[in-house]
Amino acid sequence: MQAGQDSLEKIVCETSVEIKNADGLHMRPAMQFVDVASKFECDIAVSNDETTVDGKSIMQMSMLAATCGTKLKVKAEGLDARKAINALRELVEQKHFDEPTPSEQKKQ
Amino acid sequence: MKLADFVCFEAIIAELKTNDRDGAIAELVSALDKAGRLGKGNCQKIIKAVIKRENEASTGMGKGIAVPHVKHRAVKDAVAAVGRSSFGIDFSSLDKQPVYSVILLISPADNPDKHLQAMESVFKHLQQEKFRKFLRQSETAEQLEDLIREADENPTL
Repeated sequence: MQAGQDSLEKIVCETSVEIKNADGLHMRPAMQFVDVASKFECDIAVSNDETTVDGKSIMQMSMLAATCGTKLKVKAEGLDARKAINALRELVEQKHFDEPTPSEQKKQ
Repeated sequence: MKLADFVCFEAIIAELKTNDRDGAIAELVSALDKAGRLGKGNCQKIIKAVIKRENEASTGMGKGIAVPHVKHRAVKDAVAAVGRSSFGIDFSSLDKQPVYSVILLISPADNPDKHLQAMESVFKHLQQEKFRKFLRQSETAEQLEDLIREADENPTL
């Protein structure tokens, strides 16, 4: 899942994350994503099948409109790339933006 | 999804009367209500719901734009109103700058994907500097409608 590094200066890390919350990547989760991404120095690019956007721009992230079940590629480049990828994966897949997944929603 | 699929052209306000956020939201929701898009007796509830959502986190995304929105049972399909303020509205935006263009979106409560598709369409265009500039400079509802239709035909606008 995670790619290696080519030098000390430029660490590139890439992963695929799946949107798990029922409502998908609407504005609030997109803002959470941008907040976490912006804590890191590295560049963060997020792509779906069609487009690649800046993971630190709320306007661009909102444009992805990723529905529940969508897989996004997250690529980080910079010294703290690995940490950034881990934090973002945790936000999207473990915490699912503090929102219910479809099965959790049914129980409510 | 095209903008014309959910923007209600009868709910385009070329010059919002109020300069405050809640007033602008009320004007735009009322325009949708007047156009018959919100069902009966839901207007005030929806105004309150949009303001509540806005208080949780500002939808002022910066660059003079705000996209207040809420999901509500009153609508079966996503529907949007567009407002413009030449004076500028304080939306507590991310960049702390006033908002000149407001796109207010009401989405169905039970169809999150539809909401996302409408948002995708809105942001795809808001992303373009040219579109933002024209949106801010259009002085009449007709000009705004033309701009929206043109943007649907020309994705780089």
